Amino acid sequence: MAQKIRVLDPRGYPPKVVGKRLANRPETLEGKVVYLIDCLFDNSDIFMEQLRDWFAEHIPGAITKMIKPRESWVDDPEMRARVVADGDVAIIGVGL
Amino acid sequence: MALELDGIPTIPVSTHVFGRLAKATAVAGGLPTTRSCFVPQPVVGRTPSELRAYIEGIDPVNKRPFMQGVIEGLTRPLDDEDLKDASFERDTPRYLEPDTEDNLRTLFMEQHWTDYLPIILPTEERVEAMLKGTSKAPDMFVGYMRPANFREAWGFDVEKVAINAVMAGARPDYLPVILAACATGISARSSSTTSWASLAFVNGPIRKEIGMNDGIGAMGPHNHANATIGRAYSLTSQNCQGGSVPGETYMGSLGNNYNYTACFAEAEERSPWSPFHVDHGFKAEDSVVSIFLGGWYTHSGFGPRESWQEKFVRMLTAADHFSSPLFVMDPIVANEFVKLGFTKDSLIQWCSDNARMKAKYYWDDQWITTLVKPHAEAGVEPMASRLHADPEALISIFAPEDIKIIVMGGETQGAFKMLSGRLVSRPRPNAPRGSMPPGLIDVWR
Repeated sequence: MAQKIRVLDPRGYPPKVVGKRLANRPETLEGKVVYLIDCLFDNSDIFMEQLRDWFAEHIPGAITKMIKPRESWVDDPEMRARVVADGDVAIIGVGL
Repeated sequence: MALELDGIPTIPVSTHVFGRLAKATAVAGGLPTTRSCFVPQPVVGRTPSELRAYIEGIDPVNKRPFMQGVIEGLTRPLDDEDLKDASFERDTPRYLEPDTEDNLRTLFMEQHWTDYLPIILPTEERVEAMLKGTSKAPDMFVGYMRPANFREAWGFDVEKVAINAVMAGARPDYLPVILAACATGISARSSSTTSWASLAFVNGPIRKEIGMNDGIGAMGPHNHANATIGRAYSLTSQNCQGGSVPGETYMGSLGNNYNYTACFAEAEERSPWSPFHVDHGFKAEDSVVSIFLGGWYTHSGFGPRESWQEKFVRMLTAADHFSSPLFVMDPIVANEFVKLGFTKDSLIQWCSDNARMKAKYYWDDQWITTLVKPHAEAGVEPMASRLHADPEALISIFAPEDIKIIVMGGETQGAFKMLSGRLVSRPRPNAPRGSMPPGLIDVWR
């Protein structure tokens, strides 16, 4: 029978996962401000424009606003502050 | 995710190939019930009507109408699953369960801890021997690494680097180079869809001390130190950042052969110019590893011949202009440029001055559009001037500081390559006073 040996684990140290909570949802999007966040990937702006048109046709009571972060892959606190200030919900995309 | 924490119900939309990654990111971020929605890949290149069809079609991951998922995700009240505490501890043990060599090899492969080439199993004795290559304590914290900007960062210490160095087949005297590369925090296993690689170039006395090859075959598999240092940097990156598994922690569409190993040495003694690290603020007697993010394209040439200027312009303008060029030159080529009256700086300046293309072609690039245009729109130069240029106007595409030259090779041919490579192991502007300069090897001896 082959001899057993002991080896070390090559993996690094993962951080602890700290549970968070989703935001409370509104009952309806009627009268709500829906921020459409173009995350700047190629053609995301066109996708968001199409999404805006879809809302205009299907949920005209929702108020859509388009917005972009300062750059891709980087948190933009100023943009988030604007969304929080006068937005109710958000859709962000399109991740590649 | 940040918007949810700010109190804004949010739907992240991705293409379907990111389904597993989106779930893993949500779990690691403590929001496992994030209400993600997906459209088919690709979005790039699709017409407005095609994108509208995505919106009115089926979410290929959640298998329901895309807009149904969006609307429900924004309005459906939180349920017990959403409110359950998603916190949990994760740990990796110091030792694995003892087993036979064959079983452990299988385990390492099944867990995606190798690069699928044979490895040396990291026994306690081998790791202890490896650790003799540095004066640092095994539990000294080295840094954090992550596969992409938005992924969680994992930490690692000296022992973890030594374990991976054993696996790669490295020798203890290479360990300071491997530690210095890993301590930059720049992963050699970027998860970018563009299939980046990290190329490591070594300067200073340690090249000769450990027998690195900067001569014949300098970029090939002809030297133990070059081969195993690069491999150790790569294995440490994948294992200490939380993986490099296709579809989960690796998303490079084509992949990159440089991800196996990419560590090279400059032929300082045979170069007519100052060593690369000296150009970047280090002393000649310092040993330094410089990390370049690149590996997208390679152009090659020989000379310089009479038409070298036209050749260089063709190469530079054919490059993916988001990824700046790194010239690797045989000493024969460098010396010929000296005869033509060039210094390293003046040759770089010539390249910058002459690498010009029509503005409309410069901006018709996925990564220039995604990553450079926002800065241009914000007024940052020189991008802003490029954006405001007439579409037919010729604009410079690389600033002098974007272009680098390193000399190596065996002088069997006047050969040069132009590689995709942006120097990323630079001192951070806000680095704490007294912090280690990125890439300095001597602090890890």
